[in-house]
Amino acid sequence: MAQVDEARARGMLDTTRRVATPEGIELTLHLVGPVPRALAWAIDLALRAAVVIGVLMVAQYFGRAGWGIALLAMFIVEWLAPAWFEVLWNGQTPGKRAVGIAVVHDDGTPVRWGPSLTRNLLRAVDFLPFLYGFGLLTMFANRDFKRLGDLAAGTVVVYAPRRSPARTLPEAPAQPPPFPLTLDEQRVVLDLAERSASLTPERLEELAELPAPLIGRATGAAAAARLIGIANYVAGRR
Amino acid sequence: MKQAPFVAAHRDEWQAFERYLDAPGGAQPPFPPEDMPRRYRRLCHHLALAADRQYSPDLIDRLNLLALRGHHALYANRRRQSQRLVDFLLVAFPALVRAEWRVVATAALLFFGPLLALIATLQAYPEFVHYLLHPSQIASFHDMYDPGNRRLGMREADTHLAMFGFYIWNNVRIGFQTFAGGLLVGLGTVWFLASNGVMIGAVAGYLTQIGFGTTFWSFVSGHSALELLAIVLSGAAGLRLGLAVIAPGNRSRKAALVAAARPAVRLMYGAALMFAAAAFVEAFWSPLTEVPFQVKVWVGIAGWAVLLAYFAFSGRAGAAR
Repeated sequence: MAQVDEARARGMLDTTRRVATPEGIELTLHLVGPVPRALAWAIDLALRAAVVIGVLMVAQYFGRAGWGIALLAMFIVEWLAPAWFEVLWNGQTPGKRAVGIAVVHDDGTPVRWGPSLTRNLLRAVDFLPFLYGFGLLTMFANRDFKRLGDLAAGTVVVYAPRRSPARTLPEAPAQPPPFPLTLDEQRVVLDLAERSASLTPERLEELAELPAPLIGRATGAAAAARLIGIANYVAGRR
Repeated sequence: MKQAPFVAAHRDEWQAFERYLDAPGGAQPPFPPEDMPRRYRRLCHHLALAADRQYSPDLIDRLNLLALRGHHALYANRRRQSQRLVDFLLVAFPALVRAEWRVVATAALLFFGPLLALIATLQAYPEFVHYLLHPSQIASFHDMYDPGNRRLGMREADTHLAMFGFYIWNNVRIGFQTFAGGLLVGLGTVWFLASNGVMIGAVAGYLTQIGFGTTFWSFVSGHSALELLAIVLSGAAGLRLGLAVIAPGNRSRKAALVAAARPAVRLMYGAALMFAAAAFVEAFWSPLTEVPFQVKVWVGIAGWAVLLAYFAFSGRAGAAR
């Protein structure tokens, strides 16, 4: 993700949104495009249909009154349930949870009743002229992938924070680099060393051979060991 | 300070913070809840330091994630909802309707204008109804309001509960569409308001003219105040959105829309509650034929009086506080 920030700073990626908090730091939110959102919507639609069919199967035994209950259920699952889930489940409907995305306010705080209802009621317009046509056009017209409901409610859909297992820097005797490294260069070396556990040895050696001025004439395993040694030095291990 | 000593110095603190977030209400929190804001600020400080010193991306990622979760936990909404509902109904909602009286009046004009005009027109020119309603629609209204019916406004096989479900599903949806149509520079709202005004006016005018007036007015009077004013308020909320798009004033269209959506959706809370109440009256009181016509009409008039007085006076003292 931090690589993503770096790439964005260079204008290569623009699918993140940075939010300044009152504590004076910037948090990074990762915006969600139309495809995962459509997927989440499809899952929610299937669940809604399942609920309505379930209610209908029970309600048919109650004759015309059952029909009224079914219409009530349809109203609730279509208009109220999405907002209810979003507020109580940290911005996630069941479909959004399955896809791993969530709704938050523009400033990254959890969504509340007002904005959640706003965006869910305004779905009626996003859906026009058919299958979220206006919503999709609007998403392409602003840099946060907001549909009309999101614009009015002041919300964005982001990837839900996911914990990845912490990566560790392999222990090795620290080796000073032959010349002082810039902050950028230090970061690249550290990142490669931390990723080394997830790379095949061959790929690691191949990558380690690239910064020739750093590793001198070493090749293969020697180059990898030297780079990891430099990473240990950069990280401050002695 | 290099990365490794930095991590070694603060790792325990970060782990405690993470454990706290994993189980905020747990039996053994790693630190008392009142410590949370201070701990969060320290974490933010660490994140800023790590980013500034260009520590490894993975470390910054983990701190960013932790700060994000802390941010969520700290700024979540924990206010009690029940007290707010009472406050909203007694003070905030009528005060909001008064504050937004311009859009409310415009919506009322767009809706009641065609409605009343058509009722009057159809008394003089009853055949005009054929420009507005399809013969099959006219036939079904004949069925529903035939003075020989035991129940009004519904077919013989329908039950009260079935009609309640139908009114909620249908009428509240119309209200929501009227509101959402405001995003289409207000045109959707204007269309829904005017076309519903035309439909209701046509049916009311026509049925009165052919002599079904007693059954029709007996049916609609009870819920008319709640339902018609709920449509008007939905329209007012929609116009509020449309106005923000057309004339954003001295801010961007996006900012104006976000600012307009806040009062608009609060109007919709109230409108939706009114629709639900109207559906209840319409399903369980309005169809009764056991109640004399005069009583039903007076109940309807009383409903209008109470509702208008509510919007005119309720919460004035509270709003001034």
